[in-house]
Amino acid sequence: MAFANSPDRLAPNATSAKVVIAGGIGTGKTTMVGAVSEIPPAGTEAWITQASRIVDPSADVNAKTTTTIATDFGRVTLAHDLVLYLFGAPGQPRFWPMWDDLCRSASAVVILADTRRLDVSFPAMDYFENDSDVPFIVAVNLFDGVQTHPVEQVRDALGIADSVPLVTCDARSRESVVATLLVALRNTMVKTPPVAAG
Amino acid sequence: MTTTVNPWVRPYVLTGGRTRTQHQLYVHTLVSAPRYDQAVAADLPPESRHLYERARAGGTQSIAELSAYCGISLGVTRVLLEDLAAADHVQINDGVYDSPFDHRLLKRVIDGLRELA
Ligand SMILES: Nc1nc2c(ncn2[C@@H]2O[C@H](COP(=O)(O)OP(=O)(O)OP(=O)(O)O)[C@@H](O)[C@H]2O)c(=O)[nH]1
Ligand SMILES: [Mg+2]
Repeated sequence: MAFANSPDRLAPNATSAKVVIAGGIGTGKTTMVGAVSEIPPAGTEAWITQASRIVDPSADVNAKTTTTIATDFGRVTLAHDLVLYLFGAPGQPRFWPMWDDLCRSASAVVILADTRRLDVSFPAMDYFENDSDVPFIVAVNLFDGVQTHPVEQVRDALGIADSVPLVTCDARSRESVVATLLVALRNTMVKTPPVAAG
Repeated sequence: MTTTVNPWVRPYVLTGGRTRTQHQLYVHTLVSAPRYDQAVAADLPPESRHLYERARAGGTQSIAELSAYCGISLGVTRVLLEDLAAADHVQINDGVYDSPFDHRLLKRVIDGLRELA
């Protein structure tokens, strides 16, 4: 996807912000990151081979798998001095220790859920409710483009507090992903004081 | 603590088990090499040189990008970049906002994303 802002024009003193995309295996994290990123999508063969070597030396890089075995991230240059990074938090339990590192100094979190397999996102819910200070929202990825369950039913099933925004999205659509990110960032503004403590 | 610069030693050994860094080296912390010097690059151990050259070629970019493009683990990348910054070879951008929840930062990101939409 072509962007008006050329990444190589980012100023040395630019500011970066980070949003973490979490959720269970196969809920659309990589797809969501790739929908808005200006750097090569994390899902490419070359990237996965490379990334697996970075965090998981034991991974068999020759194994063909559709599951991302490392973190993937994307970059969206918003101005010559402002860039937003998206980090996908790997869903597999053996990567949970990485979440602390990924979430440190994040501005917002989006937890992706798939209504056909809500349970795969339970661990992410647990983590962000209990072990993280970063405000989160839940986004139901509408895989078939059709909303099969009323949103409030999903809220009940996942045990999401009324104060947590719950939206639907199409992880493949740039517009939908941008809209989801906006809900997440606005939620952080609501949940934090105007002059936040460092 | 002194760092022995020996290109024949794995960077894991070079880092000497240090875990504390002067800067906050988040995965999204930005790094640049505004004063890139070929002579400096030539004198660096391979991993550090790779990071230094990538910081130059790729422009201002995150620690995660440098780690991924150079195929060097995040932990080692952090320590090597810290050394490069201490020697004034790269600039680690600590950012102007103390908190990721600073509403001025959030508002800028929101406005930027709205322009994309
Ligand atoms: N139809 C449809 N397919 C989607 C959508 N989002 C993701 N997919 C597909 O669903 C599969 C899983 O999506 P990924 O983005 O790889 O999910 P992930 O959360 O990164 O998965 P892991 O990294 O394995 O945990 C892929 O085959 C995607 O192409 C969607 O909104 N609609
Ligand atoms: Mg993935």
